[in-house]
Amino acid sequence: MSDMKTAAYLCTGCGIGERLSAAQLAKVAEREGKMHLVRQHAFLCSSGGVQLIRDDLEREGVTHLMIAACSRRAKTEAFHFPNTAMSRANLREGVIWSQPDTEEARETTQEMADDYVRMGCAEVKKMKLPAGNPDLGHARRLLVVGGGISGMTAALEASRAGYRALMVEKSGSLGGWAARLHKRTAFREPYTDPADTGVGEMIAALQSDPNIEIVLNASIAKTDGAPGRFKVEIAVESGSARTEDVGAIVQATGFSTYDAAKLPEFAYGKTPNVVDQAGLERLAREAGANPIRRPSDGGEVKSVVFVQCAGQRDDSGIHLPYCSGFCCATSIKQAMYFKDANPAVDTAVIYTDLRVPGNGEDFYRSAQSKGVTFTKGKVTGVEPGGNQCKVSFRDLILDEDTAISDVDLVVLATGQVPNSGVNIGDPEDAVADAEVKPISILNLSYRQGPDLPQLKYGFTDSHFICFPYETRRTGIYAAGPVRRPMDIAQATEDATGAALKGIQAMENAHAGRAAHPRSGDLSFPIVRLDGCTQCKRCTVECPFGAIDEDEKTYPVFNESRCRRCGTCMGACPVRVISFENYSVDTVGAQIKAVEVPDEFSEKPRILVLACENDAYPAIDMAGMQKNVYSAFVRVIPVRCLGSVNAIWITDALTCGYDGIMMMGCKHGDDYQCHFVKGSELASVRMSKIGDTLTQMSLETERVATYEVAITDMARVPRLIDEYAAVINKIGMSPLKGFA
Amino acid sequence: MGNMTELNEQALAKYRNSFLHEVEERVEEGDWVKMCMQCGVCAGSCTFGPHWEHSPQKIFMMIRAGKREEVLRSDSMWMCTSCYNCVVRCPRKLPITQIMHGLAQYAHRLGVAPKMQPTRDLSLIFWNNCIKTGRVNELRFTLSLYFKDGLMAGIRQALSMQSIALALLMAKRLNPLEFFKGHECKDKAGIHRMLKKAQEIESRRQGAHK
Repeated sequence: MSDMKTAAYLCTGCGIGERLSAAQLAKVAEREGKMHLVRQHAFLCSSGGVQLIRDDLEREGVTHLMIAACSRRAKTEAFHFPNTAMSRANLREGVIWSQPDTEEARETTQEMADDYVRMGCAEVKKMKLPAGNPDLGHARRLLVVGGGISGMTAALEASRAGYRALMVEKSGSLGGWAARLHKRTAFREPYTDPADTGVGEMIAALQSDPNIEIVLNASIAKTDGAPGRFKVEIAVESGSARTEDVGAIVQATGFSTYDAAKLPEFAYGKTPNVVDQAGLERLAREAGANPIRRPSDGGEVKSVVFVQCAGQRDDSGIHLPYCSGFCCATSIKQAMYFKDANPAVDTAVIYTDLRVPGNGEDFYRSAQSKGVTFTKGKVTGVEPGGNQCKVSFRDLILDEDTAISDVDLVVLATGQVPNSGVNIGDPEDAVADAEVKPISILNLSYRQGPDLPQLKYGFTDSHFICFPYETRRTGIYAAGPVRRPMDIAQATEDATGAALKGIQAMENAHAGRAAHPRSGDLSFPIVRLDGCTQCKRCTVECPFGAIDEDEKTYPVFNESRCRRCGTCMGACPVRVISFENYSVDTVGAQIKAVEVPDEFSEKPRILVLACENDAYPAIDMAGMQKNVYSAFVRVIPVRCLGSVNAIWITDALTCGYDGIMMMGCKHGDDYQCHFVKGSELASVRMSKIGDTLTQMSLETERVATYEVAITDMARVPRLIDEYAAVINKIGMSPLKGFA
Repeated sequence: MGNMTELNEQALAKYRNSFLHEVEERVEEGDWVKMCMQCGVCAGSCTFGPHWEHSPQKIFMMIRAGKREEVLRSDSMWMCTSCYNCVVRCPRKLPITQIMHGLAQYAHRLGVAPKMQPTRDLSLIFWNNCIKTGRVNELRFTLSLYFKDGLMAGIRQALSMQSIALALLMAKRLNPLEFFKGHECKDKAGIHRMLKKAQEIESRRQGAHK
């Protein structure tokens, strides 16, 4: 600490100088903040202002900067000092823009600014310049698990970007489902006709690519390590095994078709004339250039009925509850197999909602003009009789029960079931009954389980809105139908994205930087093991499975797997986990730095711990829109609500704060939390804080949790003011003046 | 015009189960019917929506379902006021108004259109009035319409419109002498020849033998 030299810079531009007393702020920074250097500038983000800071860094040997100006989210390019620890006091969005410019408000506005300067000074003195992750990994080869369209695309795209790829395919040939198709759905202009699958060319390209090595008839026996240094044991069917070093993994294990044998009401299995979509592809491939024949007797096909949503979108709880998204277009394509060969064949598609994402609408129109009949209805049963069937259905437009007789061929659109391995937290014996394949695919040696965690219905978890390619295992990316149901075109795009994400992960691991959402972050979790009580909370709660355990159940951090959310730091009851620039101390010091007026002042203090991803920007934007909120709040951004350690809450309460608002992202199945589980964990932890409050003889309202979205710039001020009213009602905290 | 039911039987025999096919070939703009995607925007947009038995959406579905009798005997398409709201809104750009009129006209030709349907009555009166001289005689057209349901009804209707008629007279917008002869077009015989030819072409298209 002896070589720390601190400097505070007060910007008086953007109206800060007019609204606030800069002299007073400077005095606070100097006397209370104990800053070695305090400077003012009328336009700090100008080249002159930035030069002033640079000069001090060079000539004065400043190591720690506190900039009191705009929000930490503004002017990040001007205030970019990568070699210096820095904190920012938000005087613009957080104070002058969110407070009314009136004489009455002048005093509280100044107090707010004073506190933010105190907090900024306190924070920066506890910060260290992140040195970068020591857990480097330099493997730059991408492992692709699965040799279908998604896997092949990922390998080829990685190769095109200049990286080597290793492909492991379970079966004896490449191509997956796509290789079993007669043709694929139209995927380029004019989207009118089925197209060649192109699988043959793709396989040839793959096989002739010097960057790509293919291992067939093989599976992954074990995956160990972290991004940049995965060690993968590959077991080949013949019995041989090998271990390979890879930097990142794309899991493209695809899907299985939903088992049509579970649909006896549609006569599957009772007559060979009822097939699923895969079955029709087989018939079409067998027929080749000839017309498709009726399987039961080889008779001519004059009438085909396609049953959409067979065993899908089922709300009875028996079949798949979701829409697989590709099957409508597939049925359209298959109806064209018949219509293109012979327009006299009757083809009827019975659907409840025809869903053709992408440019499928043109394909749908094309089928209509080719004479494929589309009937909005729900099929209730298929009755076999001789070589023909009768398809009964409820016509949903005419609202009546009706039927199509003399149908030669019935095609069931049964949908996709992901091949996603074992879910996190699956009890081993329950796995056997599950719909998804219970066999582990990656066999990760991670403490939290052998495969990618799933969200719903067996599909792997990803932050659907912001980071769709991500999974909850850093450096491992799911691509294709294992992630969500999709068709070839979508899987191609998906796999391209996953390959690029894999490359990013390898490069980040090589440089010791964090992956998204804190891309480029050089800080990493540091644990002081001599204080650890082996409680395992961090290893269990880490949303990304970054922390393993050694034989004595001490945590073993794999920094390259870490996303830097700080959930472990929030979980740790003995507070031995910290980041260099974000720790129990950096936030704790800010909380303690605030000047809490006595209980007769009528000036309560409300601490707001706001998620830096959504809630803090929303508060900033509230300021930008001049949405006024209570002057009694003091906002501290946190990496994620999951990183909030209970000590901050008790510290704040013992310091005499009257209330604490925690603002994080939405959690649940449709979560918005950038760290997937952080806000959920925080709300679980906080649901138990009532006891603590009662023990401290405090009202339970004094700690409140809110779900705030980035778009809530109008709602957030309202929440703050409502909460301030609640505090006003229950009265000032009785704990003031004891700390 | 005497063999309408015969025409109907011919059509039935030719298309058997495929009413959609029949509509495609014989009804004006009928080949658009297969392009309907059943979104229901036409049904929701129709100004007369609640007063139809079957919305255009349902009519199209019934055609595909082969409900020939129900469609042709329905008075639904006669309810169309040609406001074109559905045409403007149809995401598939179907000429719905034209199809409705096409269906009505086809049903009429086959002799299966509903009797005593006011729109059909008006259309017939208008047509018969118009083809006589090549132009519409407004006075006679109005009076035919008034008296279509009998003498007493006609007198009542005429009396109720008395003040409007007088106002039109004063404004020289109505000439009582028109009742006797009225204007004609220059080449009446030519018009008649033209109409005859048009009917021939249409009959041929709709598969009727002369």
